[in-house]
Amino acid sequence: MSSVIESHHDDHHHGPAKGLMRWLLTTNHKDIGTLYLWFSFAMFLIGGAMAMVIRAELFQPGMQIVEPEFYNQMLTLHGLIMVFGAVMPAFVGLANWLVPMMVGAPDMALPRLNNLSFWLLPFAFGILLSSLFMEGGAPNFGWTFYAPLSTTYAPPSVTFFIFSVHIMGASSIMGSINVIVTIMNMRAPGMDLMKMPLFVWSWLITAYLLIAVMPVLAGAVTMMLMDIHFGTSFFNAAGGGDPVLFQHIFWFFGHPEVYIMILPAFGIVSHIIETFSRKQLFGYSSMVWAMLSIAILSFVVWAHHMFTVGMPLAAELFFMWATMLIAVPTGVKVFNWVATMFKGSITYETPMLFAISFVVLFTIGGFSGLMLSIVPADFQYHDTYFVVAHFHYVLVPGSIFSIMAAVYYWIPKWTGNMYDERMGRLHFWLSFVGVNVTFFPQHWIGLAGMPRRYPDYALQFADWNMVSTAGAFLFGASQILFLFIVLKTVMGGKKATPQVWEGARGLEWSVESPAPYHTFSTPPKVN
Amino acid sequence: MNNSAKRTLKYLSFAVFGMFFFSFALVPLYDVFCEVTGLNGKISQSEEGISYESNTGRDLTIQFVSHNAEQMPWVFKPSEKIMKVKTGKYSNATFFVKNNTDKPMTARAVPSVAPSNANEYLKKLECFCFEEQFLAPGEEALLPVRFIFDSNMPESINNVALSYTIFDITNYNDMEMAHHDGR
Repeated sequence: MSSVIESHHDDHHHGPAKGLMRWLLTTNHKDIGTLYLWFSFAMFLIGGAMAMVIRAELFQPGMQIVEPEFYNQMLTLHGLIMVFGAVMPAFVGLANWLVPMMVGAPDMALPRLNNLSFWLLPFAFGILLSSLFMEGGAPNFGWTFYAPLSTTYAPPSVTFFIFSVHIMGASSIMGSINVIVTIMNMRAPGMDLMKMPLFVWSWLITAYLLIAVMPVLAGAVTMMLMDIHFGTSFFNAAGGGDPVLFQHIFWFFGHPEVYIMILPAFGIVSHIIETFSRKQLFGYSSMVWAMLSIAILSFVVWAHHMFTVGMPLAAELFFMWATMLIAVPTGVKVFNWVATMFKGSITYETPMLFAISFVVLFTIGGFSGLMLSIVPADFQYHDTYFVVAHFHYVLVPGSIFSIMAAVYYWIPKWTGNMYDERMGRLHFWLSFVGVNVTFFPQHWIGLAGMPRRYPDYALQFADWNMVSTAGAFLFGASQILFLFIVLKTVMGGKKATPQVWEGARGLEWSVESPAPYHTFSTPPKVN
Repeated sequence: MNNSAKRTLKYLSFAVFGMFFFSFALVPLYDVFCEVTGLNGKISQSEEGISYESNTGRDLTIQFVSHNAEQMPWVFKPSEKIMKVKTGKYSNATFFVKNNTDKPMTARAVPSVAPSNANEYLKKLECFCFEEQFLAPGEEALLPVRFIFDSNMPESINNVALSYTIFDITNYNDMEMAHHDGR
């Protein structure tokens, strides 16, 4: 993207520095947003390659390609990298690019902190990935790192894992502080809270969630560290601790974390559906209230991840009902999106295709989540492929599709060039078919009893696993096409107008395309 | 950066540190919660409010279950696997342990009760699980547990399993064990 931004460096008092040091030292929100997005894309490909190893091994029953120990490492790193390395930094990158432009601010409130929070990430993930080459191998206890698997029985590299989680947590916390300070203090005059674009709202709520739960994750890994090295017994039954306590602390972080990965997607999809339906969004304020209630409820549902540990009936009922309650605000959002499209003059450009399929497939993932919230049913589904299908439906065609939709939607603003619409649609259809072929059959094999996390399985699951693997490779390959499309757009293409899309509204569309290196040095007027 | 931004920054930083300490506060909170609900065998040791009407007590079947934690070499088993007791009346049971290694060892037994709603009606006056057990090489012992079930226990509970898992904690405070030997 550098070529594009450089061509505009005379617009304002100074442009970006030249060479590598520009990226290392930059405090510009657009540069940092670009760094975040490229970093998350690299992690997406690495985590995706690990998913291919997993699916290749599961192509047939029996052990074919990798050792079970290595399979466990792939499973663990795939989860960690996709959650902390791909989805979260991608949303932070989008926030960096868009939040200041959407609220009419010249930059993020704390630009140097912004630089630091990005540059921590390569180190965090460098440490995590380097554990693959250590004696005893990489972490192998699953992305949820339940004690005592991750303490008493962990490979020595677990200490590196703990350190890298600390660093990535620090990065997320600093990023969220930056977002909140920017939104609370740097909005253009006239932009009241209830006039903010929904993406900004979604990120404000997400950032508060991050500040509330990332320190809890840091606490959990600190307790692990002390159990492993300093002789404490937080999670060690022999010393009076309790492994179930780990699960409670982890999911107290983990459930809000799930919404951290979907709330910004809600914001993105609202903008895209509004634009391509050429109508004002239906129910703006109910969208805001729905996100707020989802965020608050996310703190009182964590134990639905651990119904089978042996809780009192009253607790199981409470967590079941609280979980089901979340379907209400989520349903409000889905109906609002549908109502926005109703009687709109819709066109189906690539961002809209991704956004519509987000609404449909995320709803499928939401419904399977509702099924899992039913306590007696969960005893059956727990730790089967049904759970795998559920969370991949909300994360891949949920979060990831929304990120892709956002890239197609805003890349003309970032680079000044239109992407190749024909190739974009091809990418969408390949991804759409790939994702469904991969994950839909996993509902069935899960209901039939196939447990998750094993490198081998009983023969009756062979057919659908083969289909699932074929779908996974289709989905994986189509992301190479995505990389190609993005690179091609960065290099050139049809010039984009400032508004880019006919129905687009919002401050970011009022500046030229590509967005100048410095925007809104004087605050715009908002009416 | 203006003053209001500084204020926001300050309260967000407080929130971050607050939540970090809150995660540690969850540990005692969890213990308190377990004690109140009687989960995880964390039973209260006081006799307060217990009803001793031994005449009206009803029959109850107690099963004793013993587990060895991984790589715990001791012999550990209940003297009687099944015992008939009456609610509201004290009962005694014993567990046999033997250190069949050639090293002196220290162990700790961690209790658990099933079904968990029987927990609040169970009081243990004496239990080997209250303290660490030390045995010299080849030494054996009978470990006592003295308990009573409240006669107000719901009629639906007729069987209760008292389970104990014994852990080797010989090197527990020793850093080396905390690393790898404990596996």
